[in-house]
Amino acid sequence: MFAFSKEAEEKIEKILKKYPEERKRSALLPLLTLVQRQERHVNPDAMREIGRRLDLSPAYVQSVCSFYTMYSSKPVGKYLILFCVNISCQLNGCDVLLAHTAKKLNIEIGGTTNDMKFSLHREECLAACSGGPMMRINDTFYENLTAAKIDQILDSLD
Amino acid sequence: MTQILFHNINKKNLHTLEVYEKEGGYKGLKKAFAKEPGEIVEMVKASGLRGRGGAGFPTGLKWSFLAKDVFPRYLCCNADESEPGTCKDRELLQKNPHLLLEGMILCSYACKIETGYIYLRGEFYDLCEIMEGAIEEAYAKGYLGQNILGSGFNLDIHTHLGAGAYICGEESALLNSLEGGRGEPRMKPPFPAVQGLYEKPTVINNVETLCVVPFIVNNGPEKHAALGTEKSKGTKLVSVSGHVKKPGNYEIELGTPVREIIYDLAGGIRDDNQLKAYIPGGSSVPMVTADLVDTPYDYESLQAIGTMLGSGALIVIDDTVNIVETALRLTSFYMHESCGKCTPCREGTRWMWQLLQQIHTGKGQPEFVEKLEDICDNMSFKCFCPLGDAAVAPVISSIQKFRADYDELIAKLKADTAV
Repeated sequence: MFAFSKEAEEKIEKILKKYPEERKRSALLPLLTLVQRQERHVNPDAMREIGRRLDLSPAYVQSVCSFYTMYSSKPVGKYLILFCVNISCQLNGCDVLLAHTAKKLNIEIGGTTNDMKFSLHREECLAACSGGPMMRINDTFYENLTAAKIDQILDSLD
Repeated sequence: MTQILFHNINKKNLHTLEVYEKEGGYKGLKKAFAKEPGEIVEMVKASGLRGRGGAGFPTGLKWSFLAKDVFPRYLCCNADESEPGTCKDRELLQKNPHLLLEGMILCSYACKIETGYIYLRGEFYDLCEIMEGAIEEAYAKGYLGQNILGSGFNLDIHTHLGAGAYICGEESALLNSLEGGRGEPRMKPPFPAVQGLYEKPTVINNVETLCVVPFIVNNGPEKHAALGTEKSKGTKLVSVSGHVKKPGNYEIELGTPVREIIYDLAGGIRDDNQLKAYIPGGSSVPMVTADLVDTPYDYESLQAIGTMLGSGALIVIDDTVNIVETALRLTSFYMHESCGKCTPCREGTRWMWQLLQQIHTGKGQPEFVEKLEDICDNMSFKCFCPLGDAAVAPVISSIQKFRADYDELIAKLKADTAV
């Protein structure tokens, strides 16, 4: 069974106050985000729980959840690496660096290491174009990457 | 060059209320509250400010379109910055969140709005925390909440995070997302000014646009109108990326030649290569050839050469690149981000990607280019929202201006097959 953490419950209280009472459906994305951050994925149990709180059917919650790329159906690693491959990063050599990262972690792009430590995803533009090549690991942006810098960043994470 | 947004952007701790106030912040509020709301709308109209998110629509005019006497009204700040090449709003949010809040308060007062939302893309989680810190400070100081500075005006501002969808930068998709739905665009009309968030009149403005408003209220619309060109007034944040020595966000006066931005501000082309092409306003606008580098960077001049100022993202491409690769990468992006609601966009982006992919990997047939042109023709102005037209821009412009790059890859195949 899914349950929100105590910390998440406090956040939910604040989130619900942001929107008019009769429009609490607006809290759907924020609540899904809380689940994703807590569980590192969003499963059907969690969707039912959100539906119960916001008076939405589980099917509706799933239809919205499946639209957005930041919600995953399977757990992602402790460190989720989103590697930008869009134009500005591409012009500055991100493809080689992405391949380097996959090789270093010994996983396919889109995959997760066996110890669930790292997931590596190809990502569209993250609005750090003047700092490309760049990647986002959990909530942190890393810019002006080189192979050496990537190695150093990944080695520093425990 | 006059700067109105970035003159103090690197001031230490500018993101705090204390430093922001020392820099003259929140002075616009008292000035505004001494006037009637309608006067502020007129000031913004007179300033010549146009939307900085991409469409370039006159801001004051947008505000004046709100349905009369219908309340409540809402303000949505579009902080879903996702247009490839664009990274200016991120810098504003990160370093000067109170400037955005002041702009939102002024806009809300002018438009008689009592609730505002800042829709941030989901990946801006860290910026959302910065923004929430600033909002908390503003409440504590009485700049937000009930009866702001004794004016009788009330305003609440909340953050709202998206969850990864480029399309949510389109204003009606943003509204659906904010209402807890899939980020699919809505039929217009009705426009958001008449029926927007929760079917109520809604102003939607980009971060940069709202950040200009305090300057206009503090210094008068004529000071803003004096900057830039006759029709493109003010300054613009330009995100310069790609093959330049010093990529970054630069604030320029509208009308500054592209050459000056690339070669003076951004230090010129990397490795002293030759400029091949540039995309002036983010991936959704047509690319242009290097010989047009002396074009003034403003709405009209860029339109005159067949492209657009867009979001102000100047992507610089040097002569080591085969443009097919650029078109392929951007098409891959639009295919990924098409919401799937309408057929021409959903199918067209995929077909274009398949053809470009084959050309790029040396399997292109001579008729593929014509097929691409045909798909572009069938998508242009036939999609439900502007994403379809945006997806066409890089493909059709790359064919029209860099046909030789296509021919080179296709001829290579023929030569290989002949051997």
